[in-house]
Amino acid sequence: MNLQGLVQLADAGREKLNGRQQRVCVCAGASCMSSGAQGVMDATTKALKAAGLDPGVRTVPVGCMGACNQGPLLRVDADGAVYQKMDADKSAKVVERHLQNKAPVTDSLLFNVNGKAAAKAEDLPFYARQTKIVLSNCGLINPDEIEEYAARDGYMALHKALTSMQPEEVIGEIKMSGLRGRGGAGFPVGNKWETVYRHVADQKYAICNGDEGDPGAFMDRSVLEGDPHRILEGMAIAGYAVGASKGYLYVRGEYPLAIKRLETAIKQARKHGLLGDNILECGFKFDVEIRIGAGAFVCGEETALIHSIEGKRGTPRPRPPFPAESGLWGKPTLINNVESYANIAPILMNGAEWFSAIGTAKSAGTKVFALAGAINNTGLIEVPMGTSLREIIFDIGGGIPGGRKFKAAQTGGPSGGCIPEAHLDTRVDYESLNALGSIMGSGGLIIMDETSCMVKLARYFMEFCMDESCGKCIPCRVGTKEMHKLLSKICDGQGTEADLALLEELAPYCKESSLCGLGQSAPNPLMSTLRYFRDEYMAHIREKRCPAGECKLHGAATLAEVR
Amino acid sequence: MPTTLNRASQIKEAPATDPRMAKVLQAIKLYQRRPDALIQILHTAQGIFGYLPLNVLQFVARELRVPPAQVYGVATFYHFFSLKPKGEHQVVVCTGTACYVKGAQKILDAIAAGYGLKPGSTTPDGKLGLEQARCIGACGLAPAVVIDEEMQPKVDAAKVGAMVAGKTGVAS
Repeated sequence: MNLQGLVQLADAGREKLNGRQQRVCVCAGASCMSSGAQGVMDATTKALKAAGLDPGVRTVPVGCMGACNQGPLLRVDADGAVYQKMDADKSAKVVERHLQNKAPVTDSLLFNVNGKAAAKAEDLPFYARQTKIVLSNCGLINPDEIEEYAARDGYMALHKALTSMQPEEVIGEIKMSGLRGRGGAGFPVGNKWETVYRHVADQKYAICNGDEGDPGAFMDRSVLEGDPHRILEGMAIAGYAVGASKGYLYVRGEYPLAIKRLETAIKQARKHGLLGDNILECGFKFDVEIRIGAGAFVCGEETALIHSIEGKRGTPRPRPPFPAESGLWGKPTLINNVESYANIAPILMNGAEWFSAIGTAKSAGTKVFALAGAINNTGLIEVPMGTSLREIIFDIGGGIPGGRKFKAAQTGGPSGGCIPEAHLDTRVDYESLNALGSIMGSGGLIIMDETSCMVKLARYFMEFCMDESCGKCIPCRVGTKEMHKLLSKICDGQGTEADLALLEELAPYCKESSLCGLGQSAPNPLMSTLRYFRDEYMAHIREKRCPAGECKLHGAATLAEVR
Repeated sequence: MPTTLNRASQIKEAPATDPRMAKVLQAIKLYQRRPDALIQILHTAQGIFGYLPLNVLQFVARELRVPPAQVYGVATFYHFFSLKPKGEHQVVVCTGTACYVKGAQKILDAIAAGYGLKPGSTTPDGKLGLEQARCIGACGLAPAVVIDEEMQPKVDAAKVGAMVAGKTGVAS
């Protein structure tokens, strides 16, 4: 395929997106699918036929629309109305009232609480306060149709790179944009690309890390499910820039829908000459293979992930050498996260300056967050870097349900920390979150209210790290186990102040001497809860009381028996 | 890592004449006997057998020309792979952070108590197996339970026992 072919493909897509046929879009993200989206789709199609609207209006499955706990979601594209909690009957009602009689079904409009519904979903604070770059196609296009991706300027950035830019120029553009790795650590993406580019080798690899292991995170899943071609395009551009001809997409085994959509997308891209031996007739060769993970959190670490792709146990190894120098099968290897790759095509299309103008000086662009836990609007959101936590939680997230009080926001999963109310006005970027003892992480944002015990939460994450420790290095293997034991003692009401002192002694050892990021960050949830919620630890130890009322503590008698 | 190093005696084997072995071989050939495809082949084998019997692991090792120790090492490293048969019906309770905050432990306890099961075990008659998952990525629907590969959103701990019984037909 050449430029003309790509333009034709885009035209066909535009006809589908904005053509004569009106679209009724049903969210086909994993959350909505498991709440019955397929039934909604079938019922809508049937109702359209029965109403005689059939050829003029059609039902289209699209990617995640964001408001996951209100699913299944349905959008009438012509006037932007989004309906929540659809089922067969309700969708038939939408067809009858909205599409036939042009009167919105107010009761079912998204976030219709206390009669405050918006006829146009984009007027809701949930959508109006977001800036979508990574998710710009998610929920809009049918992920299984390459034409619709092409209609949204899909593969144009790849064409631009191949026909009018040298690899150095592509790298220069990414460096200038200020894009930092979205997997959590925030290393500048352009610098990583440059290092791989500089290493001369007969074969190089580009890997996409889709092993989204953080519990409470589902950003990558939604992007892979809702806009798979965006990732393929980003990987192909990266391959061109660093000189790699082979890519691996490592996806969690827990995400069967994402794997299915990626397989379809790869087939389509190969068929249209957008992957393969002669991409866009420019003589550039690049192909992608999917590797399905098998359930190991540590495989999110880059050297462990490489071992897993090689078919081995996913244990990390010491760095240096970094994968950029010696990675997959000892060859220079680029590893980026799904969200990082999703930013590449928009940066090339709109320019580095456009991107760096969004967000803050040191953290450019946007960040996708998965909101979950004790919050009204759980789901997927994208905001500019530098947005305050308060805005994310209360304006976009709609606050805490049940009239309860906000207690803490947890970022970064088992490697991150808890941020208390006093710091709610912190602007979210890499540096500010580090200063608070947490990390940006991949984007899981779990909200806790006053009924959550912070000691128990620390124990929960420590248990996670203990189970997921690969066992290769002692500080992590033994350290997490010992810390978990001490935290359990405190949760049970049998902890002493000496135990607490021991915890505080162990945590830095584990942090400083573990081999990889898993052990180095495993004490973070413990240390950040100790920093902000020390009084809860003391209440468990001194008063044998759990302030949140969550832990079942043994009384003093039990304590005496233990002694 | 919860490994099963000393349980070789408990592992049930598939007979060598089992026609399912041919399917495993087909997958091995599809990947051109590349040793790096080991994990992908084990995925296929577990899909066929429901778990990974010891002689299937030996078979894969022989066909890929990889030491059996390496195949066993990989099969026991990853949570996804099971060396024991799973239940005829399988219940997976998500214990990711969002589900944890919304009471996943109570759900797990309720099912465990109702069926006398520990997470990772199966009823003596092999009818029902219980597992916990790290995170299934359905955080918007927390707390979530997967019954026979069908996701159940916003599960209530008080009603989960009846729900499992209703969906699987296995009485608690």
